[in-house]
Amino acid sequence: MTKYAAPGEAGSVVAFEPRYDHFIGGEYVAPAKGAYFENPTPVTGKTFTEIARGTAEDVDRAVAAANGAAAAWGRTAPAERAAVLNKIADRMEQNLEKLAVAETWDNGKPVRETLAADIPLAIDHFRYFAGAIRAQEGSISQIDDDTVAYHLHEPLGVVGQIIPWNFPILMATWKLAPALAAGNCVVLKPAEQTPASIHVLIGLISDLLPPGVLNVVNGFGVEAGKPLAQHKDIRKVAFTGETTTGRLIMQYASENIIPVTLELGGKSPNIFFADVASAQDAFYDKAQEGFAMFALNQGEVCTCPSRALVQSSIYDRFVGDGVARVGKIKQGHPLDTDTMIGAQASNDQFEKILSYIDIGKQEGAKVLTGGEKSDLGGELSGGYYIQPTVFEGDNKMRIFQEEIFGPVVSVAKFDDYDDAIKIANDTLYGLGAGVWSRDGSTAYRAGRDIQAGRVWTNCYHAYPAHAAFGGYKQSGIGRETHKMMLDHYQQTKNLLVSYSPNAQGFF
Amino acid sequence: MAVNRVDLTEDAAALLRRLAADHGPLMFHQSGGCCDGSAPMCYPAGEFRTGGSDVHLGDLDVAGVPSPVAVWMSAAQFEYWKHTHLTIDVVPGRGSGFSLEAPEGVRFLIRSRLLTDDELTELDDN
Repeated sequence: MTKYAAPGEAGSVVAFEPRYDHFIGGEYVAPAKGAYFENPTPVTGKTFTEIARGTAEDVDRAVAAANGAAAAWGRTAPAERAAVLNKIADRMEQNLEKLAVAETWDNGKPVRETLAADIPLAIDHFRYFAGAIRAQEGSISQIDDDTVAYHLHEPLGVVGQIIPWNFPILMATWKLAPALAAGNCVVLKPAEQTPASIHVLIGLISDLLPPGVLNVVNGFGVEAGKPLAQHKDIRKVAFTGETTTGRLIMQYASENIIPVTLELGGKSPNIFFADVASAQDAFYDKAQEGFAMFALNQGEVCTCPSRALVQSSIYDRFVGDGVARVGKIKQGHPLDTDTMIGAQASNDQFEKILSYIDIGKQEGAKVLTGGEKSDLGGELSGGYYIQPTVFEGDNKMRIFQEEIFGPVVSVAKFDDYDDAIKIANDTLYGLGAGVWSRDGSTAYRAGRDIQAGRVWTNCYHAYPAHAAFGGYKQSGIGRETHKMMLDHYQQTKNLLVSYSPNAQGFF
Repeated sequence: MAVNRVDLTEDAAALLRRLAADHGPLMFHQSGGCCDGSAPMCYPAGEFRTGGSDVHLGDLDVAGVPSPVAVWMSAAQFEYWKHTHLTIDVVPGRGSGFSLEAPEGVRFLIRSRLLTDDELTELDDN
């Protein structure tokens, strides 16, 4: 076991600045209106830095800086942009612990996860898109013997990106890496709940990017996010969040006739077919871990497997073992490397989860374990901790239909294959799903029948680059973490060229 | 008193009075999905374009707020929510999409209870 020193204590691997301004045009600039807001760590609830409270004036300045850099950056050779992304990745790798501890302190998630997942995945993402842009090709179509259509990729120009708080650095990377690789300049707004860790990253990489290519405007959604989404000089908006804001962003985008990519959450089914329990072996153990995955990142994942569907013939045993497995999840200080789940990211998130646990109980769902907040004592008493919770109930209950975004799973049984698929698809969302079976045919058919963009099959919560991630139904538009995301950040230029010396014959 | 689907706490009413003084007439749209979702979003009235895919849950008459505050939800989401009564509350908080209250350091929140059989009958009759 290792426990990292908290930022601000002696020996900490990261030191936050007392205040962060906006990063615009390659330098830090104070907010136009001079206002700041306090940023608490969810680990203890105590403020550790203050953040510029951005407004439309700051967004204008950032978009102008990005616009000023766009022409030159868009013309750089793909090899040059790839080299920059690779250098960013190298710099992050050299500072893995620093970034991991910063992310844990800002978000509340365990450092075990930021060390092993968030930051390594972000590093790999920059490398993946560095490779993808080098390997990207346009296309040539022969129209006739004298006429050729050339299709070339061009950057969009300046794009706006609004980042969620659940994986602040990784979600920023999912959006930044393809946008920068494709030759765009970016104005990025971090979530107001987790605005600080991205600035630790900027501090490490700002010398690698030409001024204006990457700009960060902090602030609240309504004051900084909205003017960014509405700005007439951006060519695309990327957003991860929820449905109402997603619709509003589409509405604003319609005013400027620009594209959007949206990732708006889910209520992911995790289906366990009976043959999972046909032996007590490594695979059964893996499936049990898959059941407990709802608690990963405190449940604050858009693809949280928050509906576990278990075949009736194995239900009692499998769920009994699953609840025991959940009981072994270690909740504790997020900077302790043994801790498996940490703090919820904010007080309102904490309150919202408790309100859903309340309606779950009112609707008659049975609490199999958890169902309360946790008081971990000492300095952690001021933080936002919830017990991993397993509900048993019916898919029509609201806890089966709404994204609670906490360490809460709702479990129901199904009788046969058709029943499983019917329940799995009885949801507004279609982002993620899990299918567990020893029978490859069953697993394949279920994966195809579930209306969701990502179906983990005999695994869960893996997020490698080069596997497309995105939603069906109300879960959004677009596919991230794959080279196809480059298309969402590029225009297609068609040169239609005649090599004939002769007139076309019309006039 | 007539049966309603949505109500608010006194703390939420006080916050609406402050927001209405700054922003004029207001509306709510209940969000679904991740991050700041599954929570009510408060906008200047008309800012969020409702349409055929939305249900109007009711209008909140708030003392000191000149215009009623309309509460909306997507029809698809309403199908899963219609057996519950909603009370808009407010808690200390940090972020909320583009909702108006976030800079105040607070966050609207939905508290729910099951509608009684009598309430459901009366709502169905209307």
